[in-house]
Amino acid sequence: MNPSLEIQLIAAVTAAACAIPGVFLVLRKMALISDAISHSILPGIVIGFMITQDLASPWLILLAAVSGIITVILVEMIQKTGLVKEDTAIGLVFPALFSVGVILIAQNANDVHLDVDAVLLGELAFAPFDRLYWNGTDMGPKALWIISGILMLTVTLLLAFYKELKLSTFDIGLSSALGFSPVILHYGLMSVASVTTVAAFDAVGAILVVALMITPAAAAYLLTTDLKKMLVLSLIFGVGSAIGGYWVAHGLDASISGSITTVLGLLFLTVYLFAPSKGLIAVLLRQNRQRKEVSLLTFLLHLNNHDSVEERRVAHLQEHINWRKVRATSVLDLAVRNNMIVIEDQVVSLTRKGLEFTEKALEYIITNKDEKIEDMKDDFFLFRG
Amino acid sequence: MDITEYFTDYTLRTITLGTAVLGAICGMLGSFAVLRKESLLGDAISHAALPGIAIAFLITGAKDSNVLLLGALVSGLIGTWWIRGIVSKTHLKTDTALGLILSLFFGFGMLLLTYIQKQPNANQAGLDKYLFGQAATLVESDVIMMSIVTGISLLVLLLFWKEFKLLLFDANYAMTLGFNTKFIDGLISFFIVLAIVIGLQTVGVVLMSAMLLAPAAAARQWTNSLSVMVLLAAIFGMFSGVFGTAISASQPNLSTGPVIVLVATVFVVFSFIFSPGRGILFKQIRLLRNRRELELQKTLYFMYSIVRKHEDTSRPHAIRILNNFQGFTKNTLSQLEQKHWITIQGTNWSLTDLGFDTASNLYNTYIPET
Repeated sequence: MNPSLEIQLIAAVTAAACAIPGVFLVLRKMALISDAISHSILPGIVIGFMITQDLASPWLILLAAVSGIITVILVEMIQKTGLVKEDTAIGLVFPALFSVGVILIAQNANDVHLDVDAVLLGELAFAPFDRLYWNGTDMGPKALWIISGILMLTVTLLLAFYKELKLSTFDIGLSSALGFSPVILHYGLMSVASVTTVAAFDAVGAILVVALMITPAAAAYLLTTDLKKMLVLSLIFGVGSAIGGYWVAHGLDASISGSITTVLGLLFLTVYLFAPSKGLIAVLLRQNRQRKEVSLLTFLLHLNNHDSVEERRVAHLQEHINWRKVRATSVLDLAVRNNMIVIEDQVVSLTRKGLEFTEKALEYIITNKDEKIEDMKDDFFLFRG
Repeated sequence: MDITEYFTDYTLRTITLGTAVLGAICGMLGSFAVLRKESLLGDAISHAALPGIAIAFLITGAKDSNVLLLGALVSGLIGTWWIRGIVSKTHLKTDTALGLILSLFFGFGMLLLTYIQKQPNANQAGLDKYLFGQAATLVESDVIMMSIVTGISLLVLLLFWKEFKLLLFDANYAMTLGFNTKFIDGLISFFIVLAIVIGLQTVGVVLMSAMLLAPAAAARQWTNSLSVMVLLAAIFGMFSGVFGTAISASQPNLSTGPVIVLVATVFVVFSFIFSPGRGILFKQIRLLRNRRELELQKTLYFMYSIVRKHEDTSRPHAIRILNNFQGFTKNTLSQLEQKHWITIQGTNWSLTDLGFDTASNLYNTYIPET
């Protein structure tokens, strides 16, 4: 295998391994725990490195994962005292642990060949140089083996506990009533997130781990509300951006992890803007339409209230309801197009259909019963068509 | 280390002053971030500032720290604005939005930094001091700029104090009173971003969030008043800066930023434990005292329930009959005696009149008079 293919493979597998726990972190509103873990594993890594002198040793991963879990426990302990909110607790714990790590590195600068840069930023380009030999044969890059192992573990756990995870994510009360311990699932998920972060940091750096966990899941969440689809979509997004990012880095001759994050960012931006029904544009259009519909309703009710010709002149209406001219015209247009009103000699009057519609609306407003609005929903759909 | 070094050594004096001013402004503005439940905004913004630094360098080619910080400010503000956009327009939650902006902006910044490093331009070295912060690179002009920014934000804080306070605790009320909440909100966010950007050079991207919220979280434990909290947070921040610098200067190979953060963390831990109102220690003591008080009352009431059927309420009873009641210990008995609620003679106890009255009113005392 040539190094280029190996790098892409490592990036893709890492992306996949991060995407799965990421989905649950985003859904459980714990996305920032991944950020905290990715920083606070530093002291674990440094201590592990001081003991083993090997950046890819399993002890290192174990110790780092333990410090990740300690972070989670500390955050929860602080939170339980009720002295500060959860986000403050996270923000207090990880910089403190990170500081300990930085100081440990600086103190042992002579015998620790470990850089804070390397931990935070990672360098994927070097990953293929650290190879695994078994009985003298080259088995490929070590990082690939480690991260593939983690991916297998994550997938196995996901398949085994899919139902439990789903239940405890969406209805924690029901899941504990049914006897699934939310605490065990919580710590299980946190352990998987810690182990994945640790395994991935060496190849792609701590910050990219956060991006790879949160971004694909967030983008997928804007596109679907089905957990299975969300998992599949975030896997596709993660792996796609990993490979796309590699080629961007190749073209620009820049950091691979930076490029992957940038591609992820562009992907999220696109989804954020254009996602059907949940994207920014769709939301703005919908808000605009709803505002117009409410205006229309107000307008019709107003007409219903005023019988005299004087009060129904177009110019007077604009003044009376105090809309800006543009909106007044568009509301008038909408009403005319739907045969709700007729305009004769600048005087607006309700048609029979408009009258019926207004009566129904009035009834709904007075009684506030849901069944009254059922027919009106169809009428509203007529406007939108 | 000799104390006179502070006044003679130029570098040390500059760094100490710089970190003290930084700690003060971070504590001051961090109080607002913590109370707005935006503690981690600092973390996101400090990461989001990186591409701004890189772009400012790419455009100007100069390493003037003021220009770079301006870039950082702009990109931090864009980050804040986008976080607000994600939270208000989609169903993604704050934590996801913060994590997204943090990692995406930072990754983009890294891309730009590595791109810059490949450029044939000898001037680029040292840009990464913004990543991890190097207090040692502080010079007098930096400290002067920090002081000016601190002065301006203090002025704005005093000018808009009432508005900030109102928005903080009751945004809806502020809106109904006709304040321009969007403007006030933007103003406070702007100054929080400004404080973060100023601190980047000294403590770096990662530790900036702790600078912002640790002094505030510590100050929160000592008071319920906003003005006192802001003042305390500024003092805590200042002392973290001064002590941190002193400790890191006293030993070789101790980076200043992490030490300052650890000192601030010590302040937090101390406040969590020892603050009289909210601290864990006093809370525990209060809990124990309440429990003992309750046990005392339970014992008294049990005695009362034995006694009240008799005509002579002070008739002695054997202590033995209390045995199947769990609240009773020798200690409780002597305490009850100290309060003159009972008298003990040998193996017998008897309720005093005072004790009888107290017991019969035990569960009435907490009913408010109408």
